[in-house]
Amino acid sequence: MSKAKWMGISKVRESIATSSSEEVTASYLDTILKSRINGYVTINEGAIARAQDIDKNKDGKGHDGVLAGVPIAIKDNISTKGIQTTCSSKILQGYVPPYNAHVIERLLDAGAVILGKTNMDEFAMGTSTESSHYGTTLNPWDHEKVPGGSSGGSAAVVAAGEAPISLGSDTGGSVRCPAAFCGVVGLKPTYGGISRYGLISYANSLEQIGPIATNVSDIATIMDVIGGYDPRDSTSIKQEITYQDSLVDDVTGLKIGVSDEYFAEGIDEGVEKSVWAAIQKFEDMGATWEKISMPHTKYALASYYIIAMSEASSNLARFDGTRHGLREEGENWHVMASRTRAKGFGEEVKRRILLGTYALSAGYHDKYYLKALKVRTLVKQDFDKALSNVDVLMAPTMPTPAFKIGEKIEDPLALYLTDVNTVPINLAGVPSISMPCGLVDGLPVGLQIIGNHFDESTIMRAAYSFEQNTDHLAKRPAGVE
Amino acid sequence: MAYHNPDGVMIGLEIHVQLNKLNTKMFCGCSTKYHNDEPNSHVCPVCLGLPGSLPVINEKAVEAAMKIGLALNCEIVPQTQFHRKNYYYPDLPKGFQTTQYDFPIASEGKVFIEGEDGEHVIGITRAHMEEDPGRLLHIGSIDKSKGTMIDYNRSGMALIEIVSEPDMRSPKEARRFLDKLRNIIEYLDVCDTTLEGAMRFDANVSIGGGSRAEVKNISSHKGAERALLFEIVRQKNLLRRGGTVVQETRHFDEARGVTISLRTKEQEHDYRYFPEPDLVPMRVADRTAKVAETLPELPDAKRERFTKEYGMADMHAKALTSEIRTADFYEEVAAKIDAKICTPWVADVLKGELNYRDLTVESFKVDDMVEIIEMVTQDKITEKSAVDVIRAILDSGGSATDIVKEKGLIKVEDDVVSTAVLEVIKENEAAVTDYLGGKEQSLNFLVGQVMKKTRGRADAVQAREMVLASLNK
Amino acid sequence: MITKDEVEHVGWLARIEIDEQDADSYAAHLNTVLEYFGQLDEVDMENVDPTYHVMDVVNVFRKDVVTESLTQEEALENTKSRQDGHFKAPKIM
Ligand SMILES: [Mg+2]
Ligand SMILES: [Zn+2]
Repeated sequence: MSKAKWMGISKVRESIATSSSEEVTASYLDTILKSRINGYVTINEGAIARAQDIDKNKDGKGHDGVLAGVPIAIKDNISTKGIQTTCSSKILQGYVPPYNAHVIERLLDAGAVILGKTNMDEFAMGTSTESSHYGTTLNPWDHEKVPGGSSGGSAAVVAAGEAPISLGSDTGGSVRCPAAFCGVVGLKPTYGGISRYGLISYANSLEQIGPIATNVSDIATIMDVIGGYDPRDSTSIKQEITYQDSLVDDVTGLKIGVSDEYFAEGIDEGVEKSVWAAIQKFEDMGATWEKISMPHTKYALASYYIIAMSEASSNLARFDGTRHGLREEGENWHVMASRTRAKGFGEEVKRRILLGTYALSAGYHDKYYLKALKVRTLVKQDFDKALSNVDVLMAPTMPTPAFKIGEKIEDPLALYLTDVNTVPINLAGVPSISMPCGLVDGLPVGLQIIGNHFDESTIMRAAYSFEQNTDHLAKRPAGVE
Repeated sequence: MAYHNPDGVMIGLEIHVQLNKLNTKMFCGCSTKYHNDEPNSHVCPVCLGLPGSLPVINEKAVEAAMKIGLALNCEIVPQTQFHRKNYYYPDLPKGFQTTQYDFPIASEGKVFIEGEDGEHVIGITRAHMEEDPGRLLHIGSIDKSKGTMIDYNRSGMALIEIVSEPDMRSPKEARRFLDKLRNIIEYLDVCDTTLEGAMRFDANVSIGGGSRAEVKNISSHKGAERALLFEIVRQKNLLRRGGTVVQETRHFDEARGVTISLRTKEQEHDYRYFPEPDLVPMRVADRTAKVAETLPELPDAKRERFTKEYGMADMHAKALTSEIRTADFYEEVAAKIDAKICTPWVADVLKGELNYRDLTVESFKVDDMVEIIEMVTQDKITEKSAVDVIRAILDSGGSATDIVKEKGLIKVEDDVVSTAVLEVIKENEAAVTDYLGGKEQSLNFLVGQVMKKTRGRADAVQAREMVLASLNK
Repeated sequence: MITKDEVEHVGWLARIEIDEQDADSYAAHLNTVLEYFGQLDEVDMENVDPTYHVMDVVNVFRKDVVTESLTQEEALENTKSRQDGHFKAPKIM
């Protein structure tokens, strides 16, 4: 099995049963080594040893786990004990965390084998993975296109058959956008659904870790492993959801809301058609749809960026050269820190820190930060109202298919504007899944299915039904079986 | 007599109380018992600010904060939260301090002190929770250092910051306020104030309504008085030379006893406070009554009770209640010995001897105190011997019984004294004649001779009476 | 409009060294974005409370129970400079 393949978790487990985790892991590593897409920042040197341990049941617990021996790729902003974790930044080059994120503990307990750390926009600040210090990741469908971001590596390696499943993080669309651009499935769970302990913060009040996979069932499998309450994250919420139970092929009576605000000016015609076709398909399958209004959507983007940048300016203050990562010389500590940060952060990260610092600073706090939080209230109210009338909302994940590498990187605002359909979801804290619903000019289109807080079951059921009754997930990038 | 405060001194204090009696830090499970351990050995991802770590509030710290607030007669806020105070300093591993901002857990309280002119009220603006930064060791002094060494063991320790109104009018009042505050904190059993860094102070000082200077890095009550004296003199001299006091932050160099400028107002920080997104709000108002129930009797209340219950003077009640350990000691003694008798022994004699030696009441056993007082009341030893025994115990240890035996302090019988009196009268004819001739001071000489003969074991008052009786026969 | 001087001041607040010529381009970039943010001024926000936390949760506490700390070596292993169990950094002033 040297050729790159899409394999779901059940297929991987079958392979492990007939050969071994070691063999399966080695074959993924082999694919990764031959890859040209630059999806990984760091390969886990202990992957083979870990697979062997699982094969021999050495750790005594992972063997029976639902992910026993199953390889997984982890976004490089999730702390992995003993494995370099850089957030694709120069400032964290060489940083090896002495502890595991909550999700990593859960995955290891379930027997997973970490293949490596995936490439991303530096500190998750981006929509294209072009801001990585370690080079852009290429879209497996078209190497001239971006894979989306910020979890571009996590989506691209799954699409390219370099990992069966992966974890990303979604602050304003960072799981759903690359899932859409790479033609795979990605979930942004309800805020508080997965512990953020060990996720290196970009914008704490907005982000969640989320899984990426080639099919809806695998999303459920991973969520059952990593989801749920963790006392180490004060924003984690006690909610019992069994994701497997939501895998029901039935949308009879499902009420879908569609908001024109998500098909705003600048939307690609092909994307619009694909999404409407999907909604039509749901209708064929027994669901109904209606138009709903989300009047504050157009202000969501500004609100999101102000909040995210403000929080980021504080979150990233700890990278001062003192305890980890890069350190530049300076005649005193403050100069050392200023130089370290000037050299260690990329341009986009610096811009966002400066804007966030400005938005929180004396005299501007109320004009920007406070106002953004009030708009957040209004956006959330839009969702509360909409979701009291319908079960789910459907919308294009991204207004266009993957764009060309370099096309928008010189114009930050143009890049921000591509997040228009994903950021409102983070402001409201609701769950959303992105899954393929067609191809435009050979590039995948993502359908976003949005639900109410902790009503993942409903969006998962819708996604599963759509998957079972269409063949969009059978389409793969060239060269991948 | 009213105090006029000739220089218009206004002193406000900010006191950081470290909740070192908790088992763990403010936001993580690291042990607070780091004082004798290796640097950076009591740290975890949270208090070391490692990327990805998240804080979780120590419930006991919140209760301790409420206790302190209530003890300072503050209002407890119905709902509050933590904020981030953003600034860069190497002791701050996250680049911000998690603290409270617009809704401190407690506010608008007051503390009563013995002021320059009697009872004086110091307003408490607020008391809020926050985390301690790490500890910096400057290689050399702060302004001429070669480098900085950082130990994060202290990082994340729970602190209560108490902010007073600028109600103190002299360094002495500031010292009194700090003493009172320490007294209250000790009563609450939330802080071992003897540990290094347990209580730290910043002071705001202004004179004559001018700009105020903030003096940082004061670490003892004595240091506070010295720093304030220095700062007031500095400001006075500055004004006398025609200068003006600028609003600035100054650093107290304890070793040199001076304050040096750290930064002026123009260089002040812009802290960019915002609510900590990693922590959720606290609604604790409904816990106030329950916390109040756990409050011990506080110094002022205890002082009042002592005067009533034991019939002692307020001066004695104040001395006895100024430390909870002394108050407890006294009550144990008073359970066995009549209060009228034991009060001066504990409040005057023992406390005086302890203060002289910079010792605490822990250096003395209740049983020894009881025994010593009993020996006096049963006329077995003299009052002077009793004081000697107390001193001996404090200086070289041992029990009261043993010391009395060793030193042969048991009072001699009356007949031994009368024999001595007779002998002295016989041996000192000249003095006797002088006394009878009207020279009063000769009596003192004769009594002294009796004391000498009995090696001090005689009761001086009794000896005097017996000499007089013999002479007047 | 954010001026070049303000950019330098914000750079200092954020401890990011910005040299003269970069300050201009930062100012230009920042102003484009700030102008976009300005659209929030259109929104009527009277009687609207800010949302700091999207989920309505309060009183999340931890028991005062000691958990394991890192070893001194684990604490120090990622720093560029250390001495006698301490992190070592340049002087402050
Ligand atoms: Mg403070
Ligand atoms: Zn800790």
